[in-house]
Amino acid sequence: MFDNFLVPDFLPAAPELFLAVMAMVILLVDLTVKDSRRTLTFALTQLTLLGCAVIQLMTSTGDVVYTFSNMFVDDLMADLLKLFLYMTVIVVLFYSRAYLLDREVMNKGEYYVLALFATLGMMVMISANHFVTIYLGLELLSLSMYALVAMNRDSVASTEAAMKYFVLGALASGLLLYGMSMIYGATGTLEITGLAERLYGGGANKTVLAFGLVFMVSGLAFKLGVVPFHMWIPDVYHGAPTSVTLFIGSAPKLAAFAIVMRLLVNGMISLAQDWQVMLVILSVLSMAIGNLAAIAQTNLKRMLAYSAISHMGFMLLGITTGVVGGDARFALNAYSSAMFYVLAYVVMTTGTFGMILLMARAGFEAENLDDYKGLNKRSPWFAGIMLMMMFSMAGIPFFVGFFAKFSVLQAVVAAGYMWLAIVAVLFSLIGAFYYLRVVKLMYFDPPVDTSPLTAGMDMRILISANGLAVALLGIFPQMLMSLCAYALLRSL
Amino acid sequence: MSTYPLLSLAIWIPIVSGLLVLATGSDRNAPLARMLALLGAIAAFLVTLPLWTGFDAANGGMQFVELKSWIPRFNVNYHLGVDGISMLFVVLNAFITIIVVAAGWEVIQEKVAQYNAAFLIMSGLMNGIFTSLDGVLFYVYFEASLIPLYLIIGVWGGPRRVYAAFKFFLYTLFGSLLFLLALMYLFIQSNGSFSILEWHQLPIALGAQIWLFLAFLIAFAVKVPMWPVHTWLPDAHVEAPTGGSIVLAAIALKLGAYGFLRFSLPIAPDASHELSGLVVALSLIAVVYIGFVALVQTDMKKLVAYSSIAHMGFVTLGFFMFSAMGIEGALVQMVSHGFVSGAMFFCIGVMYDRVHSRQIADYGGVVNTMPKFAALFMLFSMANAGLPATSGFVGEFMVILGAVKFNFWVAFAAASSMIIGAAYTLWMYKRVIFGDVANHHVAELTDINKREFAILGALALCTLWMGVYPQPFTEVMHASVNDLLRHVAISKIQ
Repeated sequence: MFDNFLVPDFLPAAPELFLAVMAMVILLVDLTVKDSRRTLTFALTQLTLLGCAVIQLMTSTGDVVYTFSNMFVDDLMADLLKLFLYMTVIVVLFYSRAYLLDREVMNKGEYYVLALFATLGMMVMISANHFVTIYLGLELLSLSMYALVAMNRDSVASTEAAMKYFVLGALASGLLLYGMSMIYGATGTLEITGLAERLYGGGANKTVLAFGLVFMVSGLAFKLGVVPFHMWIPDVYHGAPTSVTLFIGSAPKLAAFAIVMRLLVNGMISLAQDWQVMLVILSVLSMAIGNLAAIAQTNLKRMLAYSAISHMGFMLLGITTGVVGGDARFALNAYSSAMFYVLAYVVMTTGTFGMILLMARAGFEAENLDDYKGLNKRSPWFAGIMLMMMFSMAGIPFFVGFFAKFSVLQAVVAAGYMWLAIVAVLFSLIGAFYYLRVVKLMYFDPPVDTSPLTAGMDMRILISANGLAVALLGIFPQMLMSLCAYALLRSL
Repeated sequence: MSTYPLLSLAIWIPIVSGLLVLATGSDRNAPLARMLALLGAIAAFLVTLPLWTGFDAANGGMQFVELKSWIPRFNVNYHLGVDGISMLFVVLNAFITIIVVAAGWEVIQEKVAQYNAAFLIMSGLMNGIFTSLDGVLFYVYFEASLIPLYLIIGVWGGPRRVYAAFKFFLYTLFGSLLFLLALMYLFIQSNGSFSILEWHQLPIALGAQIWLFLAFLIAFAVKVPMWPVHTWLPDAHVEAPTGGSIVLAAIALKLGAYGFLRFSLPIAPDASHELSGLVVALSLIAVVYIGFVALVQTDMKKLVAYSSIAHMGFVTLGFFMFSAMGIEGALVQMVSHGFVSGAMFFCIGVMYDRVHSRQIADYGGVVNTMPKFAALFMLFSMANAGLPATSGFVGEFMVILGAVKFNFWVAFAAASSMIIGAAYTLWMYKRVIFGDVANHHVAELTDINKREFAILGALALCTLWMGVYPQPFTEVMHASVNDLLRHVAISKIQ
């Protein structure tokens, strides 16, 4: 009866399994926790993530390993992205800690467990080698996120944001699934490596394939939050509690990048000419709308939402330039610069939302731009950190954001799309305006609110470390850049 | 030749001391912050002196070279070096930084540490620009130097400081972003090199050269600034605090001009010849038209700002004569303008600190209450007008001499600016300094104190030294300028 059942190799998925088990353990343990501060839950969550990182490092072979009947893949790209993911989630939870303690209604065990499940979803997405695995990870992430956004259940804005997120997210999942089913119809396989072989062999029905591709790219664009599938981003960023916005704005970008790489590059590189054109349009539109709309915002979270749209657009530029006229010799350069961009962006955005959390206190959200007026008078150090974040986002050296833009732009120029590079720099010039405005508020204007910052020492140290990371990665970007290039070289 | 990494020291001493100054924190430690800043500026100046004394004038190539790998992924190197073109600016920059720190000594009472730190970091970054031999390194310094100046204008500036700061930042960022793309194009064309010296040897087709030249032109023309992209400068100057104006005029404007010599001419020589008419025309407009604009200004700082644009027009004019006389004259003019415009802005700052007005109409008869000041201001006004025996004369004369060989009418137009320059400067001087005491503000003026006298005295000595005996300044340039001209004369089209 079990003749055909092969025990799969669990080792490549060890971190996922560990996290799944621990998430359930924490859910049970939390039932016994009487402490309203949930210190035990918090500590266990962080230890779990740390444990995942350790397991990841110990089980990584550096080779491409498939398991679970080729549904799951562990390669260096996955390892690097997941390690970054653990780090990001650990930092995100640390940043959120004080914010949650000030808001009892949200500081429940579920918050931490949902964060862990979301992380698990992202890990599965990163390591997926099968349409079903991708969908599984994506839904696990999305469902956890919907619940997290609505965590502050008495807030109308949060509930509304969660509804929007859910409806549009479900629509996006539908688009993705529809695309997958069409591609399955055209090629007869759901497995990504198998798909690449079928497409390379040719013979698939072109019309069905093209339709499938369009739906799939639309679904991915939803998840990345690029124009014209960006509508949910500003509302969700704005409406969600800041600690959740921080989560949504950082780690999922890594997973979204991973599934773009898995589906489009690993699976459908033979169709690169087709999807690259779509990505170019998405990318240019995102840079245009994201940067222009951000100027009009008075709410910092909303402004950063539009900035996220423009950044994702910029990142896509790197992916659009992998294959030029059927020649894939720029592929590694292009994809690794996009990957570097995503990692750099996550470091910056984590720090920026971290600053909002640092400024917030019980009953005060610090999410309006005017709340930052005169920050330099109140706390020169944190104004300095925020200044670095803003200039880094604007792409001014010596900060990591500059080298992120630099590496993507050189990939675009290398591929011969000079006009695209010119469009990109013009929009980043427009983008510089609203980042500069934040610096202006902090430095040039007198403070309205002169109360001192209340954040604890751990928070202050972590934010400072984050700020210094933005500066140090900007002065010494080589290590991270070559790490990205090496990981992709060993994975593609 | 010294074995110390002098150029790295010239860059990093000011930056590190700037960070130290920043660490002194609040205004309670203001005296300490000022002292540290002055020590840092002096130390940075001292390390640049061996660059001049140890400079081999017979060698036209790069000296004091440092080369380390920085970002091997893109073959970016930490590559520094100076030749006869850039060396003087490093020294000038370090010198002006001392002046700037001293200029803000009593005037700046708020956020003293941040003020001084911004200038020190700015000074280090600008040394980085003058000494970088790697495209990315150059660009990184070039753009990073916008941050301190943005803050200087915005935090310590005048009433319209926010507008001026944004305008300054976005204008210059616009220019430099296209420049970045030009760098990347060269990176691809040279098969993965960001070395500026290798780019100098790189053959490029004329069409591509023209695009590169235009990208460089936009970046550097904004920075110089050349007509018609000069409009940010008067705003920035008027709103900036005195120290900011001094740095802006004395050093920051030189960055663009320096870029022409390091990038435009040697990398795109054929396009430079092809489009020299355009640059000459823009320069002449700057010299003549902006001169007239300066004439009608009622705000002293604005007047000197426009005169800066006119003087920088001479510089770009000199570059595109393609003669040793023209380029050396332009370089002398740049150094001289560093002293003279710095001093002019400082003089205006001295009066502004006492009366809190920059309007010419609010003054009159200052000589009655500030005789020492009036004498020194006279010297700098004469230098600004290009009077012989001051540094202002040497550069302008050389450029006009170069222009005569190039084209008589160009020389004629350029020479007419000597008259316009004298007119606006001396007319302003007359209205402000001479005549009867105009109002009670002027009557209550006190003459310059020892600190102000020391600053103006030092600048006066430099101005006179360069005017009477320019030999030490010009002899270091010869070899490098001749190398450059030989290089530019050879077509790169293949």
